[in-house]
Parts: sequence; structure tokens; C-alpha cells
Amino acid sequence: GCFVFKPSPKKRKLSQKTANYFGERNNASEDTDLRFVTCQSLWNQIKSETEQIQEDLNKQLFDNLVSFLRRSHSEFQEKTTEWTCRMKSREIPTAALVLGVNVTDHDLTFRSLSEVLQNNITPYIALLEAKDCPGIKNLIQKLMGQLMNCYIDVDSLEDEDHVQVSQNRIRCSMTSIISWYQNVTKKTDSETRSKKRTSSSRHWQSPPVVVIFKDMESFTTKVLQDFIVISSQHIHELPLVLIFGIATSPMIIHSLLPHSVSSLLCIELFQSLSCKEHLSTIIDKLLLTAQLPFKLGEKVLQVLINIFLYHDFSVQNFIKGFQLCVVEHFYSQPLSVLCCPLVDAKKRVNSLSRDQCENIRRLPSFRRYVENQVSEKQILLLTADNFLKEITQKLLEDLHVYHENYVSVLRCLHVFTSSLPKYPLGKQIRELHCACLENQVWQTEEYESFLQLARMLNKSDLVTMLEQCVEIFVSSSGKEFDKIVEKLKEFLTQFQELEEAFQERDGSVSAQKELQKKTDLYHLQKTLLELKESRRSRKLTKFEMLRFEVVEYIDSLVRAHLVPADHKTLHEIVYFNTASVLRGHLNAAPRVALHTSLNNPYCYLKNQALKNDGGNISNKAPDICIVYKLHLECGRLINLVDWLEAFSTVVTAAEGPNADATSSDQVDDIIHARFIQAVSELELLGFIKPSKQKTDHVARLTWGGC
Amino acid sequence: MPNLEHPAYPADTLLHLESLMPCRESQVSMLLSIFGERQQFSFPSIFIYGHTSSGKTYVMQTLLNTLQLPHVFVNCVEYFTSRLLLEEILIQLQSCSSETEQTSHVPCDNFNDFVRLFKQAVVSRKLQDQTLYIVLDRAEQLREMEANILPAFLRLQELTDRNVTVVLLSEIVWELFRPNTGCFEPLTLYFPDYSIGHLQKILSQNHPPEYSADFYAAYINILLGVFYMVCRDLKELQHLAVLNFSKYCEPVVRGEANERDTRKLWKNIEPHLKKAMQTVYLREISSSQWERLQHDDGEPGQLKGLSAHTHVELPYYSKFLLIAAYLASYNPVRTDKRFFLKHHGKIRKTNFLKKHEKQTICYRVGAKNRTEGITKERTVNEGNSNKCNVTKINGQKTSNHLLGPKPFPLDRLLAILYSIVDNRVAPTANIFSQITSLVTLQLLSVVGHNDQLDGPRYKCTVSLDFIRAIARTVNFDIIKYLYDFL
Repeated sequence: GCFVFKPSPKKRKLSQKTANYFGERNNASEDTDLRFVTCQSLWNQIKSETEQIQEDLNKQLFDNLVSFLRRSHSEFQEKTTEWTCRMKSREIPTAALVLGVNVTDHDLTFRSLSEVLQNNITPYIALLEAKDCPGIKNLIQKLMGQLMNCYIDVDSLEDEDHVQVSQNRIRCSMTSIISWYQNVTKKTDSETRSKKRTSSSRHWQSPPVVVIFKDMESFTTKVLQDFIVISSQHIHELPLVLIFGIATSPMIIHSLLPHSVSSLLCIELFQSLSCKEHLSTIIDKLLLTAQLPFKLGEKVLQVLINIFLYHDFSVQNFIKGFQLCVVEHFYSQPLSVLCCPLVDAKKRVNSLSRDQCENIRRLPSFRRYVENQVSEKQILLLTADNFLKEITQKLLEDLHVYHENYVSVLRCLHVFTSSLPKYPLGKQIRELHCACLENQVWQTEEYESFLQLARMLNKSDLVTMLEQCVEIFVSSSGKEFDKIVEKLKEFLTQFQELEEAFQERDGSVSAQKELQKKTDLYHLQKTLLELKESRRSRKLTKFEMLRFEVVEYIDSLVRAHLVPADHKTLHEIVYFNTASVLRGHLNAAPRVALHTSLNNPYCYLKNQALKNDGGNISNKAPDICIVYKLHLECGRLINLVDWLEAFSTVVTAAEGPNADATSSDQVDDIIHARFIQAVSELELLGFIKPSKQKTDHVARLTWGGC
Repeated sequence: MPNLEHPAYPADTLLHLESLMPCRESQVSMLLSIFGERQQFSFPSIFIYGHTSSGKTYVMQTLLNTLQLPHVFVNCVEYFTSRLLLEEILIQLQSCSSETEQTSHVPCDNFNDFVRLFKQAVVSRKLQDQTLYIVLDRAEQLREMEANILPAFLRLQELTDRNVTVVLLSEIVWELFRPNTGCFEPLTLYFPDYSIGHLQKILSQNHPPEYSADFYAAYINILLGVFYMVCRDLKELQHLAVLNFSKYCEPVVRGEANERDTRKLWKNIEPHLKKAMQTVYLREISSSQWERLQHDDGEPGQLKGLSAHTHVELPYYSKFLLIAAYLASYNPVRTDKRFFLKHHGKIRKTNFLKKHEKQTICYRVGAKNRTEGITKERTVNEGNSNKCNVTKINGQKTSNHLLGPKPFPLDRLLAILYSIVDNRVAPTANIFSQITSLVTLQLLSVVGHNDQLDGPRYKCTVSLDFIRAIARTVNFDIIKYLYDFL
């Protein structure tokens, strides 16, 4: 606990250091400090938001767990004399907590869980991990350590010396845990009697001891079984509750524990929210909002989502990737000073330096903008800094408005697409978002099919969708939406009128009624054909006209507001788009990197002498590279003598033909040593290993080795 | 007139003992006669075995407690090291006779110390003139401790030269205990399982105070009718009886039936008990959930059991990795070419099999030929082809799914992965870490990881149903790729 109160100067120093790093590359621009500060504040905002989301999502689960824990031992404490309680064998209350396969996220969940429990139920919580508990002895040791520490944490420091008995002097067994528990509860009991009752009312007299097994799958059966058997014998003295953290499926309990052991447990199942839903919420709250000034480009977002869906399902990793994007953006883009709330951005534009103005002029999107202006304005834009600043402010505002509109219209479009059969533009809003960012969505085939399907919607669906859209627009903060809302409401009233009109002349369904009367097949077919004919030739009904209009209107909204971001001027300031950097950082390919470094050392060493043609082996390359290249030509088993020969040929090749003739049959000692060193380096890297099949041979372990 | 007889104890104590331990009279009387009177030396070690819940622990505990014999009772699972076990015995010994607070705890590292300390303790507690009993429950654990522990306990009387008897309780037979080096043979005593009549008698004994004994006995009868086939564990049966009793009483409480209306009561409870057998007995749903359901009169159908949640959500490439691992585990290596090469030609399974099987069969028959001599070569060759057919059919029957998963190297897994995933997969660190996380999730298991440098070998541990469910989510027809289903 002593590190908690460490003064903060150290921290400040550290952040200054990072700030220095920040300016290292672009030392020309002086806004680095400001950029760093902006980056930090933005990240803090994102962090607190994600934590809040996490908390909200877990709330339901934690509430359930807390009520389960409350219930678990109260029954026995209240009515021990009753017949049923006397006769029933007392099981250990157990919560099976299914958390999904994203193991990296579990830590955070368990941390917040233990916090919640500590606040609501009991101070006695132990978190156990499989890697700490290879045997029952280690498990009990760990358990005791954690329980007794938490006792110190809860009490004030006054009686610390009382508990500070060295670990190995305490007997690590269940009996000592029980006697510790009895001591502790007795003490708190007497304390509460002396103090006010209310002070400790959040924990009751004998709070349960909660033991959390973080990764149930990895525990060995023996340890778990022994622990359960032991603790079930002492359940009367020690109110124990187990929580199993399960990553796969609750079936694992039955496969780990035999019936004789699982019959000692009273298992209830709790399921956490699926990580996909979690991600959707995060994307919804972080990306599809105009609040945050920072945006992700299409490719970058795709990389992050792909890593999530294809590889790890980890929301934490997604957020980390997002953080990397933020840092990378502020680090690499000098104009990112302007990536802040609009009000600040406008102020900052005024104080931009000459260099920064040049930076703006160099932006491709800005150049495109300039090209579309009249020539006088072009000159002004390219020469007068003040005019440029003015225009920049306007453009930034435009960009902000665009974002506000974009989000609402996107949600609106999603309302339509998500209810259509086969989801032409994707089921999730993130897919739609990516499609819109990528290029003009109305030019795609999927959009075409969306329009076709939308023109076939029935009335009740259409009305509910329109209502939802109205809600979206009303709740969003955009200013231009009044007109849209009005228009949509008008559609709704028209539908309403239509319905009333329809009810008045109810007779029109007679054709359908006739249909029901006809029983023989021939006539039925005939009438059906007639109906079809008439439908084709018939003029559109009022409803169909109206539906057409609605779809047209939605289409116009999409065309107006869902323009891809990279068509917008100055989008470079707020959008992070360099996916390759992100991919390099997050999706590392160790095998490929190793191969390139050994095969083409120039790639990393940047030594001009090494820069050469693909095929032949240069003798200037490091020894290990030469050895590596030579070994690529061999089969599964490599003859060391041949290898050495080839090596010495390559190395001595540069000395030219006038090299000593005497040394040709006798390999130089130095070359021999270099060869041996290079080979053992390769062995260390795991490319080869000594073979027992043949003497003087080594076996290849990599590509094409078998 | 009590069934038990013993000169040292009064008749009413014995009668009380008998009522406490029904259906175990012969064992108790046997034990009593072995124990003899308080001051008499008893047999040095007694080994009691019998199936789960045949009353071993209960009998020993009640016997020693009611007769107030000095004893120490230790569970060997709980005290998992020899040091803990020996210390626990000494601690219990210290607090056993004298009521004073336990003195400072003495470390006891080995059996030599134990014998010394034990002698001291016996003298200081003035227990020399009566037999001290040390009961070691779950004694099979002793075999996992140091080799000298078990033999030493067996001749503790001799080693300490005190009046002490060690009683070992276990679920397995003595033959599995006997060390290679030999040891003192304890007196073995078998506790047979309770018969259905015994169970009926014991369970009916504790009837709730609100209801008559007959009523409860009728209930127990129905209960045993349902559960006796699957469960003979007394404790578990007791638990189930209590859990379901309130449902049994329901018609009586509501006034629809009286206590003697057994048929009506049976109709009411029987389907309920059957449901309990499928759910709460298997711990699919917990007993507290069961009680709540009963209380609210809800259908157990609403509550899904643990096994109902078999679905596991995996990342996209993890699914393919798992599928690839499954294929690698259950397909022979030589078939990989046929399944995963684009231009494998028209190699059907029969061809495959012929080539492979023929080789082995011809080899076998060839060996036979040599013994039979060369004269009949032609005739034997004719018979050869017949035999080939026979064994081929047999060969087809030995499915890889019956043999279980086979280990495969990492390279093969990746090669199969690359060929079953449609788009290009880069061998990134993410892919490798996914393999590791599949191992931690116990969907794959590592085989023999002693050589870190050598390519690691894995086994796929999931079932066919599981992998089919996974494959369905990614539109991969796994059956088409499995050699067994060709």
C-alpha cells in the first residue's frame, strides 16, 4: 500500500519526457506541446467514457451476482433450526460466470467485480489464477495470503504488527483460515457493538468469503476437487462462496468435476454480455458521435474491427488500438492541433504560424478546394495567411456540421437497412459506417438493392421506421434537421390520412374474397393470373406513390449527407488514415520480419553496401545472413562440412582470385570460428537443431524443412 | 434386548448406539469386540473400507464420541502434506483430553519427531491407561505422501510403545495400499453398501415434526423407487428427499388429498421427481434454483441447465484454426493431398485404401506364405485377394473417430488453415497467439512439450458435434473434408 501515496512529481516528469519524444520527429513545428496536451486531454476523455460504458454494461451482471451472494448464506443464518435446513446437505454456493473467450478483457471485469463486492458484500475476496496454483498447497497459501492482506486493508494500520507473522510460520491449512475468520468476525462484531450500528451495516455480521477462480479451464482437476472437498467440510464454520470464471461454456464444470464433487456445489449460471455487443456499444458511443473531434478513417477502422472479429474478440485491445491511433495521429500530423472542440479550434487557427499555414496549403484536400475557386481567390488563399485562416475557420465549421448531419442520417439509414431481408448494407451500423466512409455509398450495387427492397416495404413497417427516424433527428443536436423532421412528419400524416381513407372504402378487397370462394385449381390459376396482369398494368395506388416518395426522400438525404469524409476539405486534420502504420504495430508478422531481416539485411541496416540485387549472396552481409541464405538451399538435413565450405567460398570471394592458393583446401581458423558462431546463432533463433539421425548434420526446422 | 453386547458398557448405552447407527449392527459389534475394554490393548491398525456413504466415517465418529473414547479424527485430503497431517494429530491430541487452551504449536517435520512428541503428549495428557484411537479418513491420500508414512502409521503401537490404535478409512481395497516393501498387515473390515431396505429405514427415521412417520415413509418409498436406480448415495438421497418434500405435501396442504391418499400423492410427485433426476440431481440447475421454481410453481423448462449452454463464440480465424486442428487430428496425413490440393486428380477413397491396405495385408500374407512353403504359392495368392477384401471391410470400420484425436505438428495445422480459409492469411503474431489461447481454453492440447525448439505438437480435443456447430457458422462443410465420412 505504500506506493499509493507516492507523490506525483515523478509522474509529471515522466509525462514531460513523453512530451519531448513527441516533438522529436517534427522539431520544425512548435506546436508539439500543445498537440501533446490536446492528445492527452482527448485520450482522457475517451478513457473515462469507455470506462463508463464498461460499468454500465456490467451493471446488470454485477447486480445479479450481488443479490446471489446476499442470498447465498442468509438462508442458513436465519433459520438453522428448521427441519429442512437441518436435513439438507449444505452445498457451497457457486456462481458460474461465463465471460466469453476474450480472456484479455477478463482482468478488468474481475477487478471491477471485486470492487463492487468489496463495496456491497464482503471485504474478504480472493482472486486465484491457475498459474499460481499448480497444487492444493499453493492454492491454500495464495488464498491465505490474499485473505489476510485484505484484512489489513480493511482495518486501520494500528494492529498491523499483530498480523505480521511471516508466511511460513503460519500453517497453511483450512483450519488456520477458519480460526483467522473467527478471530476477524469476532473482532468486528465487538467493534460494531461499541461503535454505531450504522457504520458497518453494509457488511453483515459474518460476511461470506468469496473465492474467485479467474480461469476455470486452466485449473487442474485434482486441485479443484481437493479444494472443494476440503471446503465443503468446513462450510458450517466458514461461509464460502465460489465464483468460477469460465471462458468457454459451463459444460467445462461437468468435465472438470466428477459427480461426487459437483454434488457438493450449488451452481448458478451468470452470463456476461457478448463482446460483440460490447464493441457495438463502444463504436456507437465513440465513433458515431460528433462529440469527439478525432475520427478514424475507413481503412484504419477496418483494421481495428478485423483484428477484433478475426483474431481476439478483445474490447480492451480495440480500445488500445484506438489509443494508438490517437497518439499516432497527434504525433505525425502537425495540423492535429486543430483536432479539438470547434470553439478551441477556431481560436487556435488565429494563432497558427507561417509554417502551419503552409502545412494547410499542402493538404491534398485543400489543394483540391483551391483548384475549384476563382483565380483571385486562389491567389489570396495561397498568399494571404489571414484570409487563409478565415477560410479555414469556415471550413472547420463546415466539417463539424457535416459530422453532425452524417451521424444522424447514418442512423436513419441504418433503421431502414437493418430491417430489410438479407441486410443489403450490413446488419451492424459499423458495417454501414465503413461502407459510407469508403466511397459514395449510393453508387454501390448493395445500395441499389436496398432501394429496391425499400420500395417493397409494407405500410406498418414503413411507418414505424419513419417514426424512429423522427426520433433520431429530434434527439440529435443538429440545426438543419427542423426541415427534415417536418418533412418526415408530413409523410406520417399522409400515411395516417391514407389509412382513414382506406377504412372508408373497405369494399375494395372483394377481389381477394372472391379468390377464397373458388375451389377448383383451374379457376384459381386463372384469377391469379388476371390479378397479376391487372397489377402490372394498373396505376400505382396512393400508398405506393407515397412509399415511392419516402424512399426518394431518404435517398436524397443520403446523397446530401453521407458523402465520404475524404471528399471533405481539411478532413486530414481530424481523420487518421494511415492504416499501414497501425497494421505494422498491431498485426505483427514475426516470421516475415525475421525472414526479411535475414534475407535482405539492407531493409533494417540501411547500409549502402548491402543494397543489392535479389539473387546472389553478398559477402558484406553479416555472417548470419550468409549462413541463413545458404541454408535455404538445403533440404531437411544439412551437412555441416558442405555448409562450411560454401560459407568460406562466399566470404573469401571478395578477396578475389589472387587469394592465397594454399588456403583454398584448408579453411581459415577465423572463418571457421565465424561460421560456428553464425550457426549457433541460427540455432538460437530456432531455425535448426542438432540431429541424431546423421553425424555432422543439423536438421532444419522451418519452411520446407519437411 | 439389544443386539449389541459388551461387558464393558451398560445396556442402555448400547441400545442408544444401536438407534444411532441403524443397519450397521454387525460392524459395530465387531468393532466393539476388537476395541475391547478401555484399558486393554487393541489391534495396532484397522483398515475399514467400503463404497461411498456406507457409513464408515459416521460409524467411527459416533462410536468414539458416544463411548467417549479418547480419539483423534483427521481427514487426509484436508491435511495434504505429511507435516500438516502429523502436526494436526498432535494439536488435536493436545486439546483432546485437557480443556485448556492449546499451547504453542510445535513444528513436526518427520515421523521420528512425531513419535517423540506423541509419546510426550500421551504422557502429559495421562492417556497411558486407555487406548487412544487415531482415525485417518480418506486414507488413500497417504499413498501420495512420503513412502514411510503409511507403514509407520500401521505399526504406530510398536513404534511408540503406547496403547494406540490407528484406524484407516478408505473407499478402495487394501490390496491397492500395500507397499512393495511390505508392511504390517492391518485388520481389514468391510462395510457393505446399504440395501434398499436399509436406505428406506434410515431415510424414514428423520421425518419432519409436522407430519407422521408413516406419511414420510411412504414418500421415501416413492423417492427410492425413482432414484434407487441411479443413486445409492445416502447423503444425496437425503438431500433430494428434503428438496422435493414440500411438493409432495402440496395436495395435503391445499386439502385436495389426505395423508393416506397415496395414489393421488404418487401421481402428483412422480413426474416431478423424474424431472428432478434430470436436472437437480445432475447439478444442471442448483438446488436453490430448484426450490425457488417449486415455490413459484414455475416450469423447470424456463431454466436452462448448464449443459444447454454449449455454444462458444470464437473469433473468425480461431474457428478456422479449430477446424484445421480437427481435420489434422482425425485425418491421416497421407489424405491431406487429396483434400487440400487443387489438382489432386480423381483419387477416390477406395483407391487410396487399396494402396494402403494392400501393402500391409500383402506383407502379412507374405509372411504367412514363407512359413507355409512355396509349393502352394499360386493357390495362396488367389486366396490372398479374398482376404484383401475381407480386411478392407474391417479396415473401413476402424474409424479415426473411435481411435480419438492424433497429435499433429504446427506446420501441418497452418498448412491446412491456409488452404481452408478463402482469403490469404498472413502468419501474423495474432494467429500464433490464437493457437495458444485455444490451448488455454482447452480446445486444443499440447502433446509432449519437452523440446521447445522442435515444432510443438497439438491435439484437438473438441467433439464432432461441437466442431460441426462451429463449421456451420462459417459455412464450412466439415463432413466433406473428413476421411471417416467419405
